[in-house]
Amino acid sequence: MAKVVAVTGNEACANALRQVNPDVCGIYPITPQTDMMQRFASFIADGKVDTESILVESEHSSMSACIGAAAAGGRVVTATSSQGLALMWEMLHIASGDRLPIIMPVVNRALSAPLNIHGDHSDAMGARDTGWIQIWSENAQESYDNTIQAFRIGEHMDIRLPVMVCLDGFIISHSIERMEYLEDDEVKKFVGEFKNFLPLLNLEKPISYGPLILTDLYHEYKRAQHEVMTKVKDVVLDVAKDFEKMSGRKYGLFETYRLDDADIALVILNSAAGTSKDVIDTFRDKGIKAGLLKPRLFRPFPYEEVAEALKSVKAVCVMDRADSFGGYGPLFMEITSALYHIKERPVLINKIYGLGGRDYLPSHAELVFNELNEIAKGAKVKNIKEYIGVRE
Amino acid sequence: MATGLTLKELSKKEDRLTHGHRMCSGCGAPTVVKMVLLATDYPVIASNATGCLEVSTCISEYTAWKIPWIHTAFENAAATLSGVETMYRSLKKRGMIDKEIKFIAFGGDGGTYDIGLQSLSGAMERGHDMIYICYDNGAYMNTGIQRSSATPLGADTTTCPAGSVIPGKLRSRKDLTKIMAAHNIPYAAQASPSHWMDLMKKVKKAHEIKGPKFMNILSPCNRGWRSKTNDSITLSKLAVNSCYWPLYEIEDGVTKITYTPKEKVPVAEFMKPQGRFKHLFAPENEWLLKAVQEEVDKEWEKLQKEAKCG
Repeated sequence: MAKVVAVTGNEACANALRQVNPDVCGIYPITPQTDMMQRFASFIADGKVDTESILVESEHSSMSACIGAAAAGGRVVTATSSQGLALMWEMLHIASGDRLPIIMPVVNRALSAPLNIHGDHSDAMGARDTGWIQIWSENAQESYDNTIQAFRIGEHMDIRLPVMVCLDGFIISHSIERMEYLEDDEVKKFVGEFKNFLPLLNLEKPISYGPLILTDLYHEYKRAQHEVMTKVKDVVLDVAKDFEKMSGRKYGLFETYRLDDADIALVILNSAAGTSKDVIDTFRDKGIKAGLLKPRLFRPFPYEEVAEALKSVKAVCVMDRADSFGGYGPLFMEITSALYHIKERPVLINKIYGLGGRDYLPSHAELVFNELNEIAKGAKVKNIKEYIGVRE
Repeated sequence: MATGLTLKELSKKEDRLTHGHRMCSGCGAPTVVKMVLLATDYPVIASNATGCLEVSTCISEYTAWKIPWIHTAFENAAATLSGVETMYRSLKKRGMIDKEIKFIAFGGDGGTYDIGLQSLSGAMERGHDMIYICYDNGAYMNTGIQRSSATPLGADTTTCPAGSVIPGKLRSRKDLTKIMAAHNIPYAAQASPSHWMDLMKKVKKAHEIKGPKFMNILSPCNRGWRSKTNDSITLSKLAVNSCYWPLYEIEDGVTKITYTPKEKVPVAEFMKPQGRFKHLFAPENEWLLKAVQEEVDKEWEKLQKEAKCG
């Protein structure tokens, strides 16, 4: 029986981790993630889980210790944000290169400088190429559901990759929402026992982790990482099917909202999708066919499926809560890559919004939809990339 | 029955770091590692910082390690091993493992004194049951002999070269063994491969102590020291006998000198056969050679006082 609760995103993720009861957890504070690991530390202190925590002295050591623990052979979690994820950067590549299924909620936050503790996607976008699976979440419910599914995806014997579950700092991590918890035993059963693969702790078969591999084989190892990523989509969908059976909640590679017959659409990640959906309803009421696509699986990116979903739209704005200075927003680059191979494709524009926690308001979405509506009717694109909600 | 630390007994044991690795001829590090691993009969899992030892012992499809071994990066051999040790405790608690396993991290001085100091300090403070072993050759030898904070005063390295204006390194070494002892860990010690029995006794003792242990072991590098390949053990002995590298241990805060040279030889005898100190024997650098001797004397006196106080 599902239990309806009013909780923050951090609390939801902490409870997902409690229900999974991992073997080892790396803990280090960073706003806005801190509260998630604090809650988990309380679960340990109160005997609600029997996880061994490592109270590390930095995120670099956290990921290093998680790698050591995962290689030793067991279920390992940690969580971070922003500078913490940036400090882990070196080790993120090693976790994926060593094919260790570490699960890590990332509470998205802006990167310095200037110092800013609020939500944007610069941190996780900076970790885009680290070989981790990335799953993005709109609200507390999705953060919770994705965290639970992440174990099944990352630990799948055909995959064995680390997974980041992204949720927006403060907007989701600290806002109280209505959501539903699954029962502890349901989650336990869904996630299942951890299956070992080449554990260091197996003394009968001593293994060496982390060799030096030069020009003779490095290229092949990297191709192997690429190849395993091509299998992730199917596993994500299979796991989602099982999850739907248990929870009644449906997940895919992405979510679409009123997109089927849409003339204009936004592509937007995480919490801002909610605001956008409301605005879409008002545009639909006015007879304007607006819609939305919200990516869930960002790495690997489902190019073909996204292209299929967007191909009939006339004009699309890709909304980025991160920037690649001197380039387009990172999500825009993915969507343009996805659509390039389609003959009849939508006109695409890119807006950068909400950096450092700047509010994304319905009025911003309205401005964008109005512009898209003009473009769909034949107006020329003035600027492909533009900042919105910016003070002049 | 545990193997005794006699040559007869030890010669019967299988090396846990096997032959065929690609460390340089005459390098001190594999000798140190073999001694460390021979000193115990317990199963051991090792972690290794990026460096000479790591890049030369596990390449592509081959490994010289007959024990479970993990390398992840340069600055985190301690943090990585702390994760392995924590998983071991977690699985033991859950009844999924029952064997007694020991954990050893190996790092060079660059990976320990410098870039890995935070990770090491954190792991020691957290109390993981492990031994961290620094094989100290006094510079970043793997990348081509660059200065580290373990590089001795006056040494010529590629980033503090002895030039016409600056005569090599003008700073003294960081005293890492004391820094680690200041973490109030139950055991910190210094050892040298020239005194193998002393070294192995210390490792054996460390394994019997619960909690974090640190050992700093001198490890001659003939490439960086610019010495003869067959001089490693001779130079290690001179380092000890000159009191440049005194052998001691700090157990539960009590300092004990484990070997006192019968005759303390001038540090110049340790330095003379090494190309990295050659310039110090030129008349214009006499002051620096003198400063090195004064420093060694001062540190040795300080250590003796600490040992007397207990």
